[in-house]
Order: sequence, then C-alpha cells, then structure tokens
Amino acid sequence: MNADCVIIQGSNMAEAHPVGFQWVVEAKTRGARVIHIDPRFTRTSAIADTYVPMRAGGDVAFLGGVVNYILSNEKDFREYVLAYTNAATIVTDGFRDTEDLDGLFSGYDNETRIYDPTSWQYAGQEPEGDRQDQEMQRATASPQQHQSHGPGVPGATQRDETLQHPNCVFQILKRHFSRYTPEMVEQSTGVSREQFLDVCRAWTDNSGRERTTALVYSVGWTQHTVGVQYIRTGAIIQLLLGNMGRPGGGILALRGHASIQGSTDVPTLFNLLPGYLPMPHHEQHETLRDWIDAFRHPGQKGFWGNAEAYAVSLLKAYWGENATAENDYGYAYLPRLTGDHGTYQQVFNMIDGKVKGYFLLGQNPAVGSAHGKAQRLGMANLDWLVVRDLYMIESATFWKDGPEVETGEIVPERCRTEVFFMPAASHVEKEGTFTQTQRLLQWREKALDPPGECRSDLWFFYHLGLRIKQRLADSTLARDRAVQDLAWDYPTHGETVEPSAEAVLREINGYDVATGRPLSGFAELKADGSTACGCWIYSGVFADGVNQANRRTPGREQSWVAPEWGWAWPLNRRILYNRASADPQGRPWSERKAYVWWDPDKGEHGEWTGYDVPDFEKTKDPAYRPEPGTSGPAGLAGDDAFIMQGDGKGWLYVPSGLIDGPLPTHYEPAESVIRNPFYGQQDNPTRMVYDRPDNPMNPSPPDANSAVFPFVFTTSRLTEHHTAGGMSRTLAYLSELQPAMFIEVSPELAAERGLTHLGWAHVVTSRAVVEGQILVTDRLRPLRIEGRPVHQVWLPYHWGGNGLVTGDSTNDLFGVTLDPNVLIQESKVGTCDVRAGRRPVGPASLAYVADYRRRAGLAVGEGSES
Amino acid sequence: MSGNSLYGPLDPAPDAGYVDAPARMGFFTDTSICIGCKACEVACKEWNGIPDDGFNLLGMSYDNTGSLNANTWRHVAFIEQPVPEKTDIRWLMSSDVCKHCTHAACLDVCPTGALFRTEFGTVVVQEDVCNGCGYCIPACPYGVIDQRKDDGRAWKCTMCYDRIGSGLMPACATACPTQSIQYGPLDELRERAEHRVDALHATGVSEARLYGNDPNDGVGGDGAFFLLLDEPEVYGLPPDPVVTTRDLPKMWRKAGLAALAMGAAVVAAFVGGTR
Repeated sequence: MNADCVIIQGSNMAEAHPVGFQWVVEAKTRGARVIHIDPRFTRTSAIADTYVPMRAGGDVAFLGGVVNYILSNEKDFREYVLAYTNAATIVTDGFRDTEDLDGLFSGYDNETRIYDPTSWQYAGQEPEGDRQDQEMQRATASPQQHQSHGPGVPGATQRDETLQHPNCVFQILKRHFSRYTPEMVEQSTGVSREQFLDVCRAWTDNSGRERTTALVYSVGWTQHTVGVQYIRTGAIIQLLLGNMGRPGGGILALRGHASIQGSTDVPTLFNLLPGYLPMPHHEQHETLRDWIDAFRHPGQKGFWGNAEAYAVSLLKAYWGENATAENDYGYAYLPRLTGDHGTYQQVFNMIDGKVKGYFLLGQNPAVGSAHGKAQRLGMANLDWLVVRDLYMIESATFWKDGPEVETGEIVPERCRTEVFFMPAASHVEKEGTFTQTQRLLQWREKALDPPGECRSDLWFFYHLGLRIKQRLADSTLARDRAVQDLAWDYPTHGETVEPSAEAVLREINGYDVATGRPLSGFAELKADGSTACGCWIYSGVFADGVNQANRRTPGREQSWVAPEWGWAWPLNRRILYNRASADPQGRPWSERKAYVWWDPDKGEHGEWTGYDVPDFEKTKDPAYRPEPGTSGPAGLAGDDAFIMQGDGKGWLYVPSGLIDGPLPTHYEPAESVIRNPFYGQQDNPTRMVYDRPDNPMNPSPPDANSAVFPFVFTTSRLTEHHTAGGMSRTLAYLSELQPAMFIEVSPELAAERGLTHLGWAHVVTSRAVVEGQILVTDRLRPLRIEGRPVHQVWLPYHWGGNGLVTGDSTNDLFGVTLDPNVLIQESKVGTCDVRAGRRPVGPASLAYVADYRRRAGLAVGEGSES
Repeated sequence: MSGNSLYGPLDPAPDAGYVDAPARMGFFTDTSICIGCKACEVACKEWNGIPDDGFNLLGMSYDNTGSLNANTWRHVAFIEQPVPEKTDIRWLMSSDVCKHCTHAACLDVCPTGALFRTEFGTVVVQEDVCNGCGYCIPACPYGVIDQRKDDGRAWKCTMCYDRIGSGLMPACATACPTQSIQYGPLDELRERAEHRVDALHATGVSEARLYGNDPNDGVGGDGAFFLLLDEPEVYGLPPDPVVTTRDLPKMWRKAGLAALAMGAAVVAAFVGGTR
C-alpha cells in the first residue's frame, strides 16, 4: 500500500489473493505504478498499468537483464549496498563463474551432477567442519533447512569498500550478468527491449531514499527447477536498489494456501522441525551437540547463536519431564533423515512397494500433485490409506473410479489398498490460528459444531496418539520409548473430548517449566531445560497470558502499521530487517519512508523506535562495533541490518547453502522448446531427477525429437476454484462460475491446429493426455523467441473426476523433476502437443500416449495392473 | 418537466408516500477496480438462498453466468478488447445489478402491488404476493427482472432490504474485496463518483464515465449507478434507457382522443339518416 511501484511476477495476485490484492488497488489509487509480468494476460494484468507478456521459464533472463541494467547504469542505491549487503566482500581466488565455464560454476562433478562449493566461499573462510556431502544436501533439501539462518560463514570477512577488487561480490555480479543485455532479454523471453527498458526505468526511478518498489511473487516462481534462483534474482535487485526492509518495498512472497505459512513454520515437511530447525540426519548429527552446532555455527554472529536454547526448548515441549540433561533432552527420540524423504520420492517408493501406509490430510495428490498417474498408482500399491477431508476427494476414490480404472491399470476388485475415510471438521467448526502469507497469526473462534462424526485434525491426532501410546504402553523395545515418553496431556472439553487448541498455542508460545508462566519471546528461552517452547519464532504470541493472535483492533484506532491486529512472527515485527529502513547512523533514509530509527534520547543510552517493532536489538547503538571474533548476537555491529545472516549482511552472492550456484543463471526448463541462448549448459545441471521408466521427460533441444512436443504449456489457478477442487467443485455456487475444464490458446495457435472456440481439444505429454474445451483468447499470444514464434497454452489445474463439475486433471501432464534446493516440482512450464477433438478413452489413451513417446524417442513403457 | 411522477427528477420514497423517509440509499459500482472475482455473485446467492443457474460453459470470456435473471441478481461481465494504442489488450470487468430506478417501470406496471418502493428508495418484489403475471418482465428497460421457470414468480435484487434495515451493507458490497461495489447514501455516492471520474481523467483514463447517475435521464437516475470505461453497449447496457411507462399519460390521452373520435364518427354515421 505504501509502494510507489508494484512489480508482480510469477503471480496472479488478483485471482489467487483477491482480498490481499485490494491493497495493490489501493496503492494504485494513491498513484503507484503497477506492472504485471506473465506469460498470460490475467485478471491481475487487467488492473495493472502495464502488462508485459513473457515466456514461461524466462524469469532469470528477464530479471538478470534488470540487474545488468542497474549495474551498467549505476542505478544502485550505493550507500545501502555498501552498508547492508555483501557487495564489498571478497570471494576466494579459486571461484569460477558461468562466464568462465559456459553456464557452470567451479566445482561441478559431472558424475554426481553436484557442486563442491569450496571454491565459492568468501576469501579466508575455513572450510566448514561439518561439510555435508553435497548429494545428501540435495536429497534432504538442506538449503531449505538453512533458510533463515544461513549456512556457516565467518563473522569477519575481507571487504573492499571501493568495490573495485576484481573478486569482490560487486565485480563478480557485474561480470556474471554482463551478457543479460536488453537484446538478449528480447531474444530469450519475447519481451521487446522497449518494454523491458520501460520496466527497468520504472523500477529504478521508484527506488532510493524517497521511493520504494515492492516485488510480489508466488508459485509462478517457486514451481520451477530454478525456482529458488528466480527468487534470488529478485532479491539481488531489491538489495541493489535498497528496497529490502523498507515500507512499500521488500519482497512479498504470496503463499499458495490460507495457512501454508503456518505449515512450514510448524512444519509438515520432512526435513524441518518447528521454527526452521533442521531435522537431524542419522550420520551427520549423531549427537545432540553435532546437531545443534550444525545450525548454530559457533563463531558466527547473529541470532542463530542462541539456537541451542530454541532446540532444547522444543525437545522439552515434545517429551516434557522425560526430556532431561541426562538423556540429551530426548534427542535420541527424534526421527532421523536417511536421504530423500520428499513427497515425490515417497510416491515412487509406494510404486516400488516400499511404503505400507499413508495418512493424507487435507491434500488431494491425485489431482493436485505433479504426475497424477504416479500418484494414483502409488496409492494403489499401499496396504492402507487414511484420507481426512471434507469431501470424497479423488485421492480417496481413485481405486474405484480414477483414470486408471478407465484404462485398466487399476482393477477395483484387485486393488490392495484399504482406504479409510475420516470426515474432517471445516475451519469454522474448530478454533485455532491461521498463519497467512505475511507471517500474521490470526486466531479464529469456533462458529458451530462439526456435523456427525466430523472431527478436527487436532482431535484426530490427539486421540490417535493416545491410542498408540496405550498400545505401546507395555512394550520394552527401545524404539517405542520415543512414543511412550511423549508429553501428551492436553486439556480436553465437550462431548467429543476435543483437545484445547489454546493449550497447544500456549505450548507453542513457550512457558517456564517450573511455574508454567508464558514466555514473552524467544530471548527468554534457555538451553538448560527450564523452558519449553513448541516453535521459537512464535514465542510471544501468548505473551502475558494474552492470546495476541486474537487481537482485532480496528485500523482506524491504531497506526497505519496496525500492530494490534493479530500477531506476526517474530515478536510482532511486521517488516523483517527493518533496520535497513534507516541509514548506518540510524536516521531514516527520508521522512517519506521513515519506518524505524535510532532515538539517542530514549531510554538510558538511546533506543530504536518507530512505527513497527524494530528488527534489531532495542538498545544497540548504530555506532557499536564488536571485538573481532565475537559471536552470537553480540557479534552483530550497529549497522548489520540482516541479523539472521552469519555476516549480518544481505547476500547478493551466496557463498554457501545453495545447491545450484551462488548466483542465479538462466537455465531452460527441464522441458523446453529452445536451446539455452545464454550458455552451452541447457538446463539446471543439479536439478533433482527421478530417472525411471514411469517418469519420462519430454526431449528438449538439441534433441530433434523435441519437435514432437512443440508448444509450451503452463498451469495456474482461477479465482472461482480452490486448488484440486475438493472445496469448490463440490459447491454449486462456485461450480456454476467455472463449470468446465477448459484450455486457453491464442487465435494463432487455434488456426494452426484447427481448434475452435468451445470445441473440444486435448493436450499430450509423454506422461498423459487430458482434454478440455477450447477458449480462444487474445490474452495469450505467441512470443518471438530466438527468431521464431513460440506458442504457449494455458490450463487450469482444478479439475478431477469427483464433484458437481468434473473434468480431466491437468497435473497428469507433468512428470517429476525438482528444484535441487527445496525439492519442489517444476509444474509451471513444460512442453506439449495440442490436437483438436476429444482424447481417446480407456486403454486407447495409453496407446495414444505411448505412440507419442515412441516418436519422441523415449521408452514406450507399459501400463500395469494393480 | 413533467407534471406527473412517472418521469423527471424525483425523490422516490417521499413520492411513494413515506413520511420522514431516511436518506435514499444506493450502489455505486466502480468497474475500474473490479477484479472479476465474482464474490458479489456468490455472496448474493448465499444470503438470499438463490438456486444455482446451471453449469454451462458459455465461452463469453470468464462469464458463465450470462446475464441478470431470476436466479442471478449480481452478474459480472467480462469484455476482452484489443486496444492497439495502449497495452494491446484490455479486459473490462463489471458487476451488473438491478438499477433500482427512480422511475421503475416494473413497479409501475405491477398489478398486484407485489413490487413496492421501500423507505430507502429501493424497489423490492414480495415473492408471497407476486402472481407470476409477467407484466414487469418486458417493462424493465434494462432487462433485469425475470421469472423463474419452475415457480413462475418474478425475482430480482432487493438491495438486501433485510440487511440494510439493520444497519448492515448488502451482501455484495460487504464481500467485494476492492470496494468496487460501494453502498451508501445516494447523494454521497454521486459526489464520490464525480471525484473518482475526475481523478481518472487526470491520470489519462479519458474513457471513464458515469452511467445512470443523472436524475435527468430517461429513468430519473438509477439508485444503482456505475463508472464505466467504455460505451454502455460494450457492457451490454442500454445507452439511453427510458422508463417504459413514461409516455403513459400521453398514450392514454391519445387513446381517449381516439375513442372520442371513434365515438364521433359513429354518431356522424347515424345522424346522417337514411335517404
């Protein structure tokens, strides 16, 4: 709302976040310029001042062009860059960039397809004591674990404040992005150089002391094999322009579900524990000390220095009085990683018969996950499956009416999976918090009782846990101690014996073990077992015994930051790294963009103050400089705005922690129709690959067979439906708004393939064929890439076989290839063919797809009965 | 200026007989900030318990509702337009609704009194009085009010009469995330809308104009008026709607004259006598 310019890319904010989008509309009413960059003209583009059509998969090329523009024209906010980023830091001599190695960085191993990052480090940095095997890092999505605490770097680095040293980050950045010229942007993304330069000017003109630009992205960026690097490029731009930590600036990551931020904070991910503590690995973290030091990085400055307190307090929350100093607080009870336990590996393990049982909670992978056939065949090979949902979703009924029943690959009478459907309570039938995309926790009260046997997830797991504990009560096996010793006594209420969500939130907040007193924040956590805390970043949500997440002070009764509506983590800070909204001396960069500042007259010796909770130690003077070698929070200088990073600086260049490189590089998607115009290296060399006959990938250039799938396709959402459709295609009022699966094509593609408006057509990849009715629209247009027109096709992914309105599932088209850092699937871009008419039905559809595979030079594969 | 209350500027509630009527309430729908989310359509149906309209892919851009009818009282239109001078393409979105005309032809022709004027100046049809005669259907110059095929009665937007009397806003205005649909005293809304058009003109959006705000237009001004970004026809709206009962007095006079002339001719035919 306070932005002077809003850049929306990799996002369809108006359609996917309509309520949040009102603030973009408000910004526009106040004079902000709104720019939308997207392969397709959407309802977001309709409101934007400028729409920039861009090829799906071209984001690093485009943004790299912006970086090059900033550096070549000296548009960076120099004082900010010098003070708050690692631009001046010198990198080790042995580093080789993609400029030197035609698209690769130094340290690449062709066999394992992985990098040794030793040559990427800062100059003078000792190699990490716990240098993890890089392949294990990729398998366990270690970079995701590192997230906000940054992997190890030394507190003291070598810097050249003149930014001239050939190996300083600033110069490396310049060289790396020098080939991302406006001409290359036009050639590789289809964006005209005039329009590209217009965006560059808008972005840079609206940055600096007096103005800020906000960058907004969502899953249009994340769901790529280079997704993390897309975001990195955006971060580089926002750091160079001094937009991070400033009002109306920053990067707004729009999450894909109402509370999915909460389900990474208190995670449902295999490699994370609450508060982004990493799940321990069986080899690398044998002891409690090994584990804690892996993320505490002794010797490093910053708040992760106190991570032992966070970790021990979590263990105390899990095992209560059975977690003591003597047994390392129950560390032995924590599960251990042995490799890739990601959801896609799990599916392939199911197909291979390695997984017996599966709990599916509010998720519909038969429709919502990539490679639908693999999802369904995997579930068909389980012994048992528990589905908890509001409706009979496709993932509960695949065994009797899914697409594989039609093809004969699943025979209902012989399918071995026993499916238990446990009806769930909806969000109005239970109390609890949502954590939305801005880290804001909002408590909701229960409005009515759930009908019949519907129960909340809290009820389900609490009672399941009780029963399992009862079953194991007399066991003498060592492996059962972990469950036996779990602290599981929550107060319950009502006829249904519902556990108290408030009690859980209090535990998440943390309390003093001896007295039960709720803690006020993570600074009160101790490593000696005297505190328990379910999620250290949420500590403070129940400060003073008050449910802070339940506050609803109206906007007109408080400041424009509205700190009394709900509670944001950490410690109710609404903008992270807001120290950067003031200059190194602690004065706002401008009155217009004042946010937090140093008041030397406040308190005893001065305090940070302002409109928001300062994201900095309240009494730390901007002039404070630590003794060399000081670690932990005390090691942060008064101008180290990025307090969670090991060197206190925003990272333009990432010396360690990412699998695929310290700098973003344009790679083509795994399935592409063109050769990489920038480098010899076609696609992300380190991306996660599952090379199996049931997971073929369409060929890309230079393979001539790539012509079999000549079009680019992408998928996204409609406002009217919700993800896999379980909560929308079951309702008449939503179903009538978008009543059928459809496929959007440009008039040019329609002419080329003989497609008619509202006529049937089908889309084919090497995995599947799906059909829908055609919508011919000018909102899609062919783009000129490398001198030839490239057609793009768009499909919504909401449809499946169950509900009031049904249709084929778009995600069946995708295979599985993942970003190596976080293991997310590439489901925003692929290649395909489009043909007029309905698709073949039953076994004929298998033969049809097999024929495409044959022509594409892929193994034909066979269907199999389950 | 006419000497009757079938045409021309008018405050409808006092004219209908209310003493000390509250301020006239209305809708201002600013289509320049509509994001086409259709929350208005859903909220309206939820509150009023309206049945769904069938599951039909119409192919009219993202509009699968088609038009206002007995089962759709808020309808979002989508118009994809090539605009060569600007960004190559434009997508207009607009939430249409009953206009609650100052001079409401549906109200004028209703023989049972099912349709009535409320104290807020809005027009409401009482479903327990309506006998399904259908006179109101062709009367509406906008084609809003409609009959349900199964039960035969006429249905349309009530401006949530059952909400606004309790100090709430209509469901659609409450749900609209961008405040494209604004509810309030009509005078205030008209003033706000003038400022909004001026602001848009100042930023170069010269096609912005108001529709239905003028008390001198053919229906005496609408209780629900709009800010459009193109000609009304582009949105499926009549460019110059006129209340169909406007000419009734004239028509009756002419009919009366014709009857007299007829009578005179008959008399003349018999007065001549036989020869």
